[in-house]
Amino acid sequence: MQGEMPTVGLSEEAVVEAIKKSFTDGVTVGVVGPRRISARVARSVVYKLCEHLKSALSFEHVSCLSGVDKVDHMEVVYHISSYANECVIEITVDVPSDDPEVDSITPLWGGANWHERETHELFGIRFKNHPKLERLLLPFDYEYFPFRKEFKLRGR
Amino acid sequence: MAEMWINMGPQHPMTHGLWNLRVKVDGETILDAEPVIGYLHRGWEKMTENRVYPQIIPMSDRLCYGSSMTWSHLYCMTIENLMGVEVPERAEYIRVIVLELQRIASHLMWLAAFGTDLGLLTVFVYCMRERELFLDLLQSVTGARMTYNYPRIGGVRNDLPPDFGRDCLRTLDHFEKKLDEYEEIFDGSAIFLMRTQDIGILKAADGMNLGVTGATLRGSGVKIDLRKHDPYSVYHELDWDLCTHPDCDCYARYRVRMDEMRMSCQIVRDALKKIPAGPIRVKVPRNAPKRTAFARVEDPRGEGLMYVIGDGTDKPYRLKVRSPIFVTVSAVPIMLIGYKIADVPAIMGSVDMCLGETDR
Amino acid sequence: MDLYQFTEGIVSWLVGIVNWILNWVGFHGLAGWLGSPDIIKFLTLLGESIVLLAIGFIVAITMIWQERKTLGRLMDRRGAMVVGPAGYFQNIADGLKTLLKEYIIPEKADKTAYNWAPVIMIGSSILLLVAIPLSGRFYMSDLNAGLLFIFAVFSITPFAILMGGWASNNKYSLIGGMRSAAQLISYEIPLLLSMVGVVLLSGSLNIGDIVNAQAESTWFIIPQLIGFIIFMVAIVAEVERIPFDLPEAEAELVEGWWTEYGGMRFGLLMLAEYFRGYAGAAVAVLLFLGGWSGPFLPPEIWFLIKVFIVFFILIWLRGSLMRVRVDQILNIGWKRLLPLAMVNLVIAVVFKTLGWF
Repeated sequence: MQGEMPTVGLSEEAVVEAIKKSFTDGVTVGVVGPRRISARVARSVVYKLCEHLKSALSFEHVSCLSGVDKVDHMEVVYHISSYANECVIEITVDVPSDDPEVDSITPLWGGANWHERETHELFGIRFKNHPKLERLLLPFDYEYFPFRKEFKLRGR
Repeated sequence: MAEMWINMGPQHPMTHGLWNLRVKVDGETILDAEPVIGYLHRGWEKMTENRVYPQIIPMSDRLCYGSSMTWSHLYCMTIENLMGVEVPERAEYIRVIVLELQRIASHLMWLAAFGTDLGLLTVFVYCMRERELFLDLLQSVTGARMTYNYPRIGGVRNDLPPDFGRDCLRTLDHFEKKLDEYEEIFDGSAIFLMRTQDIGILKAADGMNLGVTGATLRGSGVKIDLRKHDPYSVYHELDWDLCTHPDCDCYARYRVRMDEMRMSCQIVRDALKKIPAGPIRVKVPRNAPKRTAFARVEDPRGEGLMYVIGDGTDKPYRLKVRSPIFVTVSAVPIMLIGYKIADVPAIMGSVDMCLGETDR
Repeated sequence: MDLYQFTEGIVSWLVGIVNWILNWVGFHGLAGWLGSPDIIKFLTLLGESIVLLAIGFIVAITMIWQERKTLGRLMDRRGAMVVGPAGYFQNIADGLKTLLKEYIIPEKADKTAYNWAPVIMIGSSILLLVAIPLSGRFYMSDLNAGLLFIFAVFSITPFAILMGGWASNNKYSLIGGMRSAAQLISYEIPLLLSMVGVVLLSGSLNIGDIVNAQAESTWFIIPQLIGFIIFMVAIVAEVERIPFDLPEAEAELVEGWWTEYGGMRFGLLMLAEYFRGYAGAAVAVLLFLGGWSGPFLPPEIWFLIKVFIVFFILIWLRGSLMRVRVDQILNIGWKRLLPLAMVNLVIAVVFKTLGWF
């Protein structure tokens, strides 16, 4: 609706407590600074956690979604922010290199759409249930996943 | 007339930057839109993995060349969070002053392009004339007019020149009078109101869901500004207000940016009064610890975020950039559908695109 | 002594010299034929048209120079400065540059229509010069329905635009052509209606009579102020200048229906715009501002001064206003100008029956 006035809601500790109550395993979460929460989440729980964040804890905005290539496995890092509670949660999900697949959070927040497309074409991580997982930045016939560590830049 | 897909771009005098907007039209009405970007992709994030931390500062300037101070400042903030370095207070005040001057210059460029898109070529020259004054100020501080290479990890590169306070206040006085003149040119023109009111509506709930941030979201009545809600640097010590507007159309976004220019003048004046003496830079370690860090800023175009993973060496393991226009452009189809082709420049102009940060 | 007699004198003198040479060489029959009154008349008309074309050309070039300098000053800059005194010859330099450019014809373009569209456009624009007199004695044709002729020729343009837009085989050109044609056709009606008010007051469609009627009473801008405003707005739309230049808007359609034309074809289209601008300003001066009447200076100079002043107003509008969206342009044309023109007509009838003017 128009003219939403976000009110000051829960503090970061209260958010952490609420998450810990609803998700007992697969989620390690803690406060790491003023307005900053950090979490490590298992692949199978990510979508349910995000749903809970959106509906119950009013996290309205996906700030960022990046992929990381740690050589033996990959990670997907989500930064989701809450205007009402004035905090940002950083969720790190481990993804095995031989089966790089994660649930897409685009059905929840449209803001993640292009971030997931970009991560897919640069790292090769597939996002299930993404409406349109296509090329975004690279040319149509590009064959490599350039941001993986095995792709070396020339000259360095 | 049957439906057809039209390519606006990549070679086009209007689109601010090199991208393609495909619209499906039926006569003059837009039925669907699909932005196609990637023409300017330079692989910025991969390049940073081969460079030492201080070497990335000039690179971060080139992310968005229209407001380059914001990005190098964001990068330095991120690395300072990573290394746990605290910046001296004088450096923070200098950063705020320079950032707000950059914000005014960036918004003036937006206004020049917005007027040109709508057909008013005179405003282009006027705004560039005013922007020259701010670029002169920034040149006296940093030595450059566009990509400044000024913030450093742990502070800023050099101190303000001796007459800076006087020159700055003189410029701001002159500029505020000119801003009144520009408001008269735009608000007093019935044609402008006809072309921007009720055009390009973006409801607040849609905007927040799609990740739109910055002046585009504040034009829909949402009172969110990262300088107030996630304060960084010394913004919480300065005296200023949020600018927002309840209509969700192009006029509201234009109004928000004009108000933001005035607010930036107020912030600079306040900062010049409160700036303390002291060191402007601290020494930082060469190697970063093995942890992750991120920082958020309010770029003139929205929320910018950088996420870094340090691995104990002097090069970052991964540096991720979140650019505001990247997400806003993906939300553009919602603002376009249902309007006419002739509204496309007004809508895209009110979104204030800069391709450098979109494609990186 | 009017233009016809003046040109006839020059032509007779030239023909006399040629005839003397021919007689001396021995071609008596040819000399006789050349000296016959029909041939003299034909050559006089040819000479007159060359003179008018030259005048129109020079005025158009001066108008382009005036536009560049005025627009520059409005934008706080100087305009063309280097070539010629105060940059006057810049346009000639630009024209030469345009001549040197390559003609690129799109492959799938309809060649006949593509080639004929600019011809029709520039041809009709130059045809307007025939019926616009510069003063009581400087005219080429004194048509009884001169005003009607001018507006009829103005209306040929939508044909050329539709042909050009279609023949370019380009979606942008097509859209631009359709918009252009819609705009021009909708604004002709307020234009004609504002003219009808003046015709009512002066009682004739002949331009000379209209100017003489203004010399006897007052300039028709006073009783027909609304008509003058409608006329100016409609002329801006007809000549496709900002604020009504959406068909050629750079912002979305590159150059609209001109997109695919290169080289001198494009140059001719731009020139046609300025010819029509001159014609529009000239008609405004003739109908509303007293034509060529004025003290001291010769009437031709007065006419040109007034034309340049009216064109200055058009340039001023260009420098300070934005583009109006095309459906808003059509709204203004049909929903606002048309009722206003009717009101103006009623006022003209009232004034005529009261016998004031």
